[in-house]
Amino acid sequence: MSPREILTAFQTIVVKEVLRFLRIWMQTILPPAITTCLYFIIFGNLIGPRIGDMDGFDYMDFIVPGLIMMAVITNAYSNVVSSFFGSKFQRHIEEMIISPVPNSVIILGFVAGGVVRGLLVGLVVTLVAMLFSDLSLYNAWVTVSVVFLTSVLFSLGGLINGVYARSFDDISIVPTFILTPLTYLGGVFYSINLLSDFWQGLSKLNPILYMVNTFRYGFLGVSDISLGTAYTIIVIFIAILFLVALRLLRRGVGVRT
Amino acid sequence: MKALSVSGLHKTYTGGVQALNGIDLSVDEGDFFALLGPNGAGKSTAIGIITSLVNKSAGSIRVFDHDLDTDPTAVKACIGLVPQEFNFNTFEPTREIVLNQAGYYGIPRREASVRAELLLRELDLWDKRREVARNLSGGMKRRLMIARALVHRPRLLILDEPTAGVDIEIRRSMWRFLREINREGTTIILTTHYLEEAESLCRNIAIIDHGQIIEDTSMKSLLAKLQVEHFILDLHQPIDVLPDLPGYRAHWVDELSMEVEVDKAQGINELFAMLTSRGIEVTSLRNKSNRLEELFMHLVEQGATRSTESAA
Repeated sequence: MSPREILTAFQTIVVKEVLRFLRIWMQTILPPAITTCLYFIIFGNLIGPRIGDMDGFDYMDFIVPGLIMMAVITNAYSNVVSSFFGSKFQRHIEEMIISPVPNSVIILGFVAGGVVRGLLVGLVVTLVAMLFSDLSLYNAWVTVSVVFLTSVLFSLGGLINGVYARSFDDISIVPTFILTPLTYLGGVFYSINLLSDFWQGLSKLNPILYMVNTFRYGFLGVSDISLGTAYTIIVIFIAILFLVALRLLRRGVGVRT
Repeated sequence: MKALSVSGLHKTYTGGVQALNGIDLSVDEGDFFALLGPNGAGKSTAIGIITSLVNKSAGSIRVFDHDLDTDPTAVKACIGLVPQEFNFNTFEPTREIVLNQAGYYGIPRREASVRAELLLRELDLWDKRREVARNLSGGMKRRLMIARALVHRPRLLILDEPTAGVDIEIRRSMWRFLREINREGTTIILTTHYLEEAESLCRNIAIIDHGQIIEDTSMKSLLAKLQVEHFILDLHQPIDVLPDLPGYRAHWVDELSMEVEVDKAQGINELFAMLTSRGIEVTSLRNKSNRLEELFMHLVEQGATRSTESAA
């Protein structure tokens, strides 16, 4: 395929993916807005004032970046895992497999769909957050780059989960038992400086901590970890997951008999 | 040029089931080729391997001189597939499904729109272009898969039981459409359980059974192997005694029709002369069964016997 044809194929997959989640916006865009609204009311407005400051900021202001990032992570992941598994389940993944579109373009197309949903949900949650908190950007480049890279990373994770999934149960196991606990323990609601050295060390093994803290730095200018380490970890994870996904599709795991 | 050359194709599924046992197959460019076989014979596995949906265990495949192992992109660009099972997103509108498929082949949206309209109109689906696919009837879904398979103008179209579950009117309109695109130069490989479909459409035929090709010849040569034909004669009025028809074997089907076995060399003029001389009026005449069906059953039974003997 020529570069122009490859671009057409990529655009086709992205548009298809975006239209898919927009068609069901009541399931894909609205729920994160409502859930986050509840977080803001309960943790920010009701419990927050009793907690006091966190790292020198109002508790509400402290949790806003983490909650936005949590919504981005969850939605980027679940968009790709459900879309990819759905296309296997209904067998329309075969439309792509029999066509000359390269495997890397299939991966990038699905990932782009997850990134668009992650960022769109992140924007909606940010708009909701502005009702509760005076949000201001400390470093726009850090904010935008880390949210983009994080949604790429979790979209790739969702794709790999979708490749291996054989039933609808399989697409909910990772989000329920791995992603949600790691996100909650990734410093969304607290600073790891509150923890003992042991738990701080353990927390630093959680990759989501680096994403949440870097994103928080973009808003507040404070972070529990160094930005360089965070970006390095995110980029390494993206590279590894992309290569794994490529290898799986090349071997036809989950998509060819 | 050969549209398809398959050589020594083997497929053993995880668990040890051997679906293909070294098949060789060759289809000329422009041919209308039938690939027949009983359920589980290996037809769909062979098609799956040719279209990259199934990994082969061994063997080689060339499509218009492109090797599937070394140049899969060129092979894929040459092939259009109408699979046995519906495999489109049932929540997408009909036109979107065709346009997306064009997109996967790198066809720009504007050109894809023109092609999609042409195909959907030809296949009587244009009025349903905005309808989501799950709301289409079975026949419409089959035609949608044909439109989708043709949107990138493949040189080789593979249809895996395209008319299964389709009523006779739609089936015949699909036949007309397939004959037309074959006349225009598209090579077609067809698998079907309707043997009259294969007899009516295809020029060459291969029969696969137990993962092996047991016959690979022209339709004419295959049908020439038929030694005897059975005709059913419907009578104007009942007769008491089965007439004596020297040279023919006859027996009752019911009181108003009888079956006559005619050797290929005999012809039926003499039969009618005898019936007329006995005052028996025949109102209609038909073949007892599809000719190809008889041969098919004969070949498959022979194959089964061979398999049993070799296993013993």
